[in-house]
Amino acid sequence: MTTPTATFVNIGERTNVTGSAAFKKLIMGGDYTKAIEVARAQVENGAQVIDVNMDEGLLDAHYAMTTFLKLIAAEPDIARVPVMIDSSKWSVIEAGIKCVSGKPIVNSISMKEGEAEFLKYARKVMNYGAAVVVMAFDETGQADTKERKIEICERAYKLLMGIGFPPEDIIFDPNVFAVATGIEEHNNYGVDFIEATREIRARCPHVHISGGLSNLSFSFRGNEVVRRAMHSVFLYHAIPAGMDMGIVNAGQLDVYDQIDPVLRTACEDVILNRDPEAGERLVTLAESFRGTDAVAEKAAEEWRGWEVVKRLEHALVKGIDAHVVADTEEARLEIFNRGGRPIEVIEGPLMDGMNVVGDLFGSGKMFLPQVVKSARVMKKAVAHLLPFIEAEKVAGTRAKGRIIMATVKGDVHDIGKNIVGVVLQCNGYEVIDLGVMVAWPNILKAANENDADMIGLSGLITPSLDEMVTVAEEMQRSEMTMPLLIGGATTSKVHTALRIAPKYDGPVVHVLDASRAVGVASTLMSDTQRDAFVLKTADEYEAVRIAREGKPQNLLATLDEARANGFGADFAQKPPAPRHPGLHVFDDWSLEDLRAYIDWTPFFRAWELAGNFPAILDDAVVGESARSLYADAQAMLDTIIAEKWLTARGMAGLWPCRRHGDDVIVHPDHSAETDAIAPAAANILAAAHVLPEHEVRLSFLRQQIRKREGRPNMCLADFIDPAGDWMGGFAVGIHGIDPHIARFQAEHDDYRDILLKALADRFAEAFAERLHLHVRTDLWGYAEGEQLTNEALVKEQYRGIRPAPGYPACPDHSLKPILFDLLGAEDAIGISLTESFAMLPTAAVSGFYFGHPDSQYFGVARIGQDQVEDYAGRRGIDLPTAERYLRPNLD
Amino acid sequence: MTPSAIAAAFRAEAAKRVLITDGAFGTMIQNYKLQEADYRGAYALELDQKGNNDLLVLTRRDVVDTITRQYLDAGSDIVSTNTFNANTISQEDYGAVHLVREMNLAAADIARRAADDYAAKDGRPRFVAGAIGPTNKTLSLSPDVNDPGYRAIEYDDLKNVYKDQAGALLDGGVDFILIETIFDTLNAKAAIMAVKEVEEDRGAEIPVMISMTVTDMSGRNLSGHSVEAFWSSVRHAHPLTVGLNCAFGADLLRPHVQVISQIADALVMVYPNAGLPNDLGAYDEQPETTGGFIREWAEQSLVNVVGGCCGSTPPHIAAMAKAVEGYAPRPVPTNKPVLKLAGLDPFVMAA
Repeated sequence: MTTPTATFVNIGERTNVTGSAAFKKLIMGGDYTKAIEVARAQVENGAQVIDVNMDEGLLDAHYAMTTFLKLIAAEPDIARVPVMIDSSKWSVIEAGIKCVSGKPIVNSISMKEGEAEFLKYARKVMNYGAAVVVMAFDETGQADTKERKIEICERAYKLLMGIGFPPEDIIFDPNVFAVATGIEEHNNYGVDFIEATREIRARCPHVHISGGLSNLSFSFRGNEVVRRAMHSVFLYHAIPAGMDMGIVNAGQLDVYDQIDPVLRTACEDVILNRDPEAGERLVTLAESFRGTDAVAEKAAEEWRGWEVVKRLEHALVKGIDAHVVADTEEARLEIFNRGGRPIEVIEGPLMDGMNVVGDLFGSGKMFLPQVVKSARVMKKAVAHLLPFIEAEKVAGTRAKGRIIMATVKGDVHDIGKNIVGVVLQCNGYEVIDLGVMVAWPNILKAANENDADMIGLSGLITPSLDEMVTVAEEMQRSEMTMPLLIGGATTSKVHTALRIAPKYDGPVVHVLDASRAVGVASTLMSDTQRDAFVLKTADEYEAVRIAREGKPQNLLATLDEARANGFGADFAQKPPAPRHPGLHVFDDWSLEDLRAYIDWTPFFRAWELAGNFPAILDDAVVGESARSLYADAQAMLDTIIAEKWLTARGMAGLWPCRRHGDDVIVHPDHSAETDAIAPAAANILAAAHVLPEHEVRLSFLRQQIRKREGRPNMCLADFIDPAGDWMGGFAVGIHGIDPHIARFQAEHDDYRDILLKALADRFAEAFAERLHLHVRTDLWGYAEGEQLTNEALVKEQYRGIRPAPGYPACPDHSLKPILFDLLGAEDAIGISLTESFAMLPTAAVSGFYFGHPDSQYFGVARIGQDQVEDYAGRRGIDLPTAERYLRPNLD
Repeated sequence: MTPSAIAAAFRAEAAKRVLITDGAFGTMIQNYKLQEADYRGAYALELDQKGNNDLLVLTRRDVVDTITRQYLDAGSDIVSTNTFNANTISQEDYGAVHLVREMNLAAADIARRAADDYAAKDGRPRFVAGAIGPTNKTLSLSPDVNDPGYRAIEYDDLKNVYKDQAGALLDGGVDFILIETIFDTLNAKAAIMAVKEVEEDRGAEIPVMISMTVTDMSGRNLSGHSVEAFWSSVRHAHPLTVGLNCAFGADLLRPHVQVISQIADALVMVYPNAGLPNDLGAYDEQPETTGGFIREWAEQSLVNVVGGCCGSTPPHIAAMAKAVEGYAPRPVPTNKPVLKLAGLDPFVMAA
């Protein structure tokens, strides 16, 4: 199993007798069989945790709680998710906890009966091995104001820390209360919750914040449209403040940007308490929404008058998803009425439409963005038909082939993989997408269990190459024979031929891009073409290997020779000390500002549209497609910025340092500069690979390819003065994408999913560029008067460089943890690293700053064993580890 | 609460090298072809005692003592007590419930004396793990297919059974409590609670070792937990070691060892069977074969402690000791404070 990482957790509330009248009726009537089905439906609908509550006066809560929990323990498809044991009575909680085998959440305990009782229960929770919801409740009552919420939670936190309670296992519930009640004191309850949330998260590290949403809209009982809008608007503001769990019915939330704007503003005025009349206004407005559908139907366009088969084809080719469910249903009924089966809708009109799309794509008349939009329409249609097909209990159409796809362990990048998946699905393949960070046992298991025809692996960062080799080895070890497809930005035919193919006897094929995926897959599935293709590919790879062996590799200099031919910078030109040394954190850089710094060319490349921006918009071949994509991107950017979907968090650090050989020794505590030990003594220590506590070593690599006369063998350390200098580091990340991606995926909307991820990547790059500018002109300030156009920025026509670990000048990804420690990046701006040093959130950039005017980008390229051994010594890692880190730079 | 000095000593040894625990008792005892009279000894017991291995610590102390010392000769740093079924639930089958405390005291005494003798001989510390088996009852599963809500035992009753056994083992002189062969995660959680209560009663830290048994190739135990979900469910015990035992041989166990090795911020102890049993229920895997698998583990720094379960013999343990020699032990990772819940599957909350 892959482990999903959640950022906002919807806790299912349907198995709560106080929240669901239907469930209560079943439990009161002793109908546990049906009650279990309620739990099952919740999990199937995506509840990540299910709340079980049996607090009802007429019920034996002990009996109901333990009976229900024991029964669901016998249902693996329910028991796979954690349980929240919810009761106001400790005895019921304790009875429940004794029936739960995983790690549950206890909901809740509080200081209502004083500190001693609170701690007694907390200790028990800890010994039972559960997480806990702590209500903001003390001896005097429930916390209502912001100050009370903060004070109670902080006091509880300190008490819990005193008994060793793990802070990450604490979930505070600061009480969501009803607003717009007509009572003035209640007006600020929404603001109180949101602001308290932000403060509690800041004061109590690692805790979580939860709340029950239904209270909020209590005044609007019976008016579901208004209640849903209020809940959505509330979450929209509370989540960025740090609320990361909620007891809420996921099916009853609206998409924020699809709420009627008038209603949305009115809700916002109430929740944010913008003026005293807001409540009254919403009450008045609410009447007009009673019983109406919140989303107004758009006027039918001309094509809406066509017959249904043509409408479906049109929708598919144009990628219009607005009416597809209704049209699919109409087609299904039509076929049903003449005695046909639901599957015929797929086999008939839908596949016809997709064939048109496939032909257009195959002949280069349609491009990837449109194909992805078409796939979105197809997915929605199929999602609608699936229940009917399953109800019929006949096997579905046999797909052309079944493909397991996964981004390998340690890697989080999936734009390319998703595109390939969509293209394959469009062409009739069944794709089982295991997601990102998938360990090899799960890939092999999924392939075996699903009787897959082939496996496709993807990865973006260089450590993923090693992981792909591991997957191939393990496939060999388990004596598999199915084809293995390799794709992703760092993969190559050469790497596949040299490193992966020799490890696995089955067919191994490198797939260059999405447009090749269908050709490769269909050839591999063909009885007549397969063997010839497999042989041909194997021959090709063998040729690559032979060519590689026979090819006189560029001669390497010895490390000593390379060092002797290092780059000699003129340190009279070195940059001055920064105006603002130390760390600078930016919690929320304006997205509007970053927008101007976006480099669009890579954006189009991600969609496999070749050409430079802006010329690409007028390109004779892809111009139309590029314009349409650009327009969609601009529209989404408008929304992202207007509704603050994303948060750009970043930081820069500027530190005194000195060069020592190919290392740079950094003093992260810049004040230590003044009392630093004498350089001579420091260098003796450094040579022995021992550094004083306040210093950090950054080890860089030197080019070793033999150079022509006069060309140096470069190393980043060359740009730093051994007698003392300055350098910097930075990390930027784009946060907040997950709820939107989850929403798009729930809507089967691959197009917007990929679009948003691609834009987030662009924002991260733009932020890195923008922050570098700020560093040059202000924080470091060595280029105060710099005036560059965006075009010049893109072309890097400025002084100083910002090389990133994992890229050619600094190819070792494992410098990232050192950089992140120097910055304290994880705590300061919430960027973490996977075991392969990929950054999370995925849209993130990090690197070093070098300010010397001569500093420049270069590629380290191939290095010799002497440097690997030297590097291992400098880094204090063993040789196999160093070889693993530097694999792409070895032979 | 007094922190455990012996746990600190164990961690210090484990930082130096891959440690070795012992191998199987059950399959070793079979070789003695003991008769019912050997098992029964002088006790007046109503039921047939043949197969009641745990009783031998009272009636054929020499057999258990010999096997224990054979493992120490083979290179074990840890020996465990012969007490897998020395609990009041399992002993009901033999009508020997009243002897349970004596069994645990005697078993602990045998292991303690042997360990201390060997430590005195060569100065290398030896440790004694008091073994607690799962019993034959499960808290998560119904034995009645027609009534999935039925349970043959309740949490508090099982916890008290474990508590009695743990107390007796500690009184007998063991260093650690080893909760092993965990089929049912909830049973293990009850055992952890039992140890925590004993800790509280005695005011001293009691180091625990936790060992899960995966029962199918997908890497789940009988109650359905994946290795990751299992670790999240028992991590609150802050165990000295966590790992896997029984079920498969070292080859088939490897992917699951990789998982626990990656995620556990505790020492990892794994003791696989000597392969899979043949048609006659005997184990054929040769010591060199086992040693080869274990060497791979050591090469990849997957483990801190290794040993054997069913079918393993002193030569297997000697082969393992030889295989791991010179390899660095697995470094214990430091985990970030992240909320990790578990159903049957793991659930990780973003920090």
